[in-house]
Amino acid sequence: MRLLEGILVLEFAQFMAGPSAGLKLADLGARVIKIERPNTGEAGRQIALKNLFLDDSSLVFHTVNRNKDSYAANLKDPEDLERVKKLITQADVMTHNFRPGVMEKIGLDYDVVRNINPKLVYATVTGYGTTGPWAKKPGQDLLIQSMSGFANLTGNKNDDPVPVGAAVSDIITGTHLAHGILASLLKKEKTGKGSLVEVSLLESTLDFQFEVITTYLNDGNQNPQRAKQGSAHAYLGAPYGVYKTADGYISIAMGSLLKLGEVLGCSELSIYKDSDSWFTKRDEIMDILRAFLCDRPTDEWLEILEADGIWCSNVYDYKTLLNHEGFKVLQMDQKLSLLSGEEVHTLRGPIRVNDERLFSKKPAPRVGQHTEDIIKEFNL
Amino acid sequence: MKPLEDILIIDLSQFLSAPSATLRLADLGARVIKVERPETGDICRQLYVSNVILNGESSVFRAINRNKESFQADLKNNTDVQRVLKLVEQADVLVHNFRPGVIERLGFDYETIKKINPTIVYGDISGYGNEGPWKSKPGQDLLVQSLSGLTWLNGIEGNGPTPVGLAIVDILSGAHLVQGILAALVQRAKTGKGSKVSVNMLESILDFQFESITTFYHDGGEPTVRPKSNSAHAYLGAPYGVYQTTNGYLALAMGSIPVLGELLGCEPLTHYKEIASWFTKRDEIKKTLADHLATDTTEKWLSILEPADIWCASIMNWDTLFSKEGFKVLNMVQKVKMGDGFEYETTRCPIKIDGEYLTSSVGSPALGEHTEAIINELIS
Repeated sequence: MRLLEGILVLEFAQFMAGPSAGLKLADLGARVIKIERPNTGEAGRQIALKNLFLDDSSLVFHTVNRNKDSYAANLKDPEDLERVKKLITQADVMTHNFRPGVMEKIGLDYDVVRNINPKLVYATVTGYGTTGPWAKKPGQDLLIQSMSGFANLTGNKNDDPVPVGAAVSDIITGTHLAHGILASLLKKEKTGKGSLVEVSLLESTLDFQFEVITTYLNDGNQNPQRAKQGSAHAYLGAPYGVYKTADGYISIAMGSLLKLGEVLGCSELSIYKDSDSWFTKRDEIMDILRAFLCDRPTDEWLEILEADGIWCSNVYDYKTLLNHEGFKVLQMDQKLSLLSGEEVHTLRGPIRVNDERLFSKKPAPRVGQHTEDIIKEFNL
Repeated sequence: MKPLEDILIIDLSQFLSAPSATLRLADLGARVIKVERPETGDICRQLYVSNVILNGESSVFRAINRNKESFQADLKNNTDVQRVLKLVEQADVLVHNFRPGVIERLGFDYETIKKINPTIVYGDISGYGNEGPWKSKPGQDLLVQSLSGLTWLNGIEGNGPTPVGLAIVDILSGAHLVQGILAALVQRAKTGKGSKVSVNMLESILDFQFESITTFYHDGGEPTVRPKSNSAHAYLGAPYGVYQTTNGYLALAMGSIPVLGELLGCEPLTHYKEIASWFTKRDEIKKTLADHLATDTTEKWLSILEPADIWCASIMNWDTLFSKEGFKVLNMVQKVKMGDGFEYETTRCPIKIDGEYLTSSVGSPALGEHTEAIINELIS
């Protein structure tokens, strides 16, 4: 029995943040029903990476919406809305990411819904919260990375701001949404009462930076300075970074620079006896290391450094990683069959329960694929 | 009432991954007792960033461990072990992030613990799981980023691997652990059963890349190619990226190239009528766009694009962001106070429940600050 068996989640949310939370809940055992507009379904079905589509929806949609059902409803149609309300009375959780005001217009805002189901956990994602000048601004991942200061942390000193090339704000926000939902479900078990859970992309992306923002708040507001080259963390001193070798790259994490110098046989590092200088003279130290490490292949360096317990690693791309025994042994892959006969090759969720991996064969649904069955099952 | 009030967590973990999880649980209302070794405590106390020392210890430790109590114990000393086991007997949750094998030697493995507390929720984080060639490798953020393929998603082609300048793997692993622990607490509330929840850092950062890895599985395993300039995503077409203006930077998310061309008065862009070309010809499109945007200010471009509902934003640093009304209304910064009266500022929990922020004025504990009180209350 999965941890969340018996929990019913209605997902009105679209795109990535809300649906990524729904996916985690589904993998943990909840039943997640997407409420989608008829025919076109949720807008995320059309957002594609590399123009890849399967069975008329983007591969991205299939990735984040597997293990869910789909119920088609036009929320502007009174009959459809009535059915959805009946479904809500039987649900434990509903999620949405409409902009502030939209659910009020439809008539499914928290004040309405709590009256028809006082035990419901009602969870929302916004871009910037529900008040203030940005409340109606589009909450999109790259925009949030840009506005939150996050784009200034990655890359080298003279680079432009470097956003992370994945939907980091969406995904972080989705994890927080799941936290709020799950904590509220626990409270519901104890008190019988539902809750309103609210997260926003901006707050979540600020929380994601809590270590460095706390440092900024207490160091006289110094802005982050990225290292000149091979930067891996604006706030950490040498050797923390990535270095070119004779045949690739090596990354080296924190540790004593003096010990590193000895293990490598790089005598130039021995003058940096004061550990403060590992941060203040980071660029010149990293220059020395870079010049030294480029002479030999990565594997030779790893062998030397790992033998002495230095924290270091090869730098892999997908092809190397995904064919490596260290990846295969995780059994992260799963393949899902679509109604069209096509197959989706994707990953399972990252949480193991009682030493078991949580696989699910259920693919993302077609728009409205389960409408008829759900009407019968829930007596709508 | 906070949702996790009356939940007791014994936290044997250190650094960031699992401690970030117990911080979230603490903010949700749980009582977290951090068990720390004598003299040094959590190694993170001495893990400085930017050489910033806050009341004698690192700002990072102060950020991660606020709202927790510290209980000093040597897990190799029998008296201390018996004390900690007494705490574990009464706990709802136990958390650790020792490497595979170590916890068994200490006698705090799940099989042992569940005999003294059968309904406990037991959460652990490892680097790479407990099987395979990497199981004994240090689970450190940069090293896991490097192996996971993540460093090839950020920055521009030709720039070498570009790690995310934040402990993204630690934070995501912690977030996944919280999800598993909370789901297990929900199940326990219903059935009375305890569980073991495990996450590892590698699976967590692979899960984070589920979109691009699934894409890799479906695009014939093509190498990940980042844009030559103005990069924000290796798998998305133009205009998605960051562009320099005469006085700063502008981020542009997905949008129609010909529409942008017309709005911005950049005629050459109006010729890219075929949507697929925005990806296949993204380098030349971005070059044209970058040359055009470099001719005027960020504000000028925003004043044209925002009214037209184009997804765009100015790139901000924290100085700028924190001065904006849209940030101020979020009340994201809170002041916390340590046992000795020292006060510092940090961010609050990003989740809002029933219209209330989850704040706490409790700062991080001094090593062993609560040992006596806890012995009196829960042990003797």
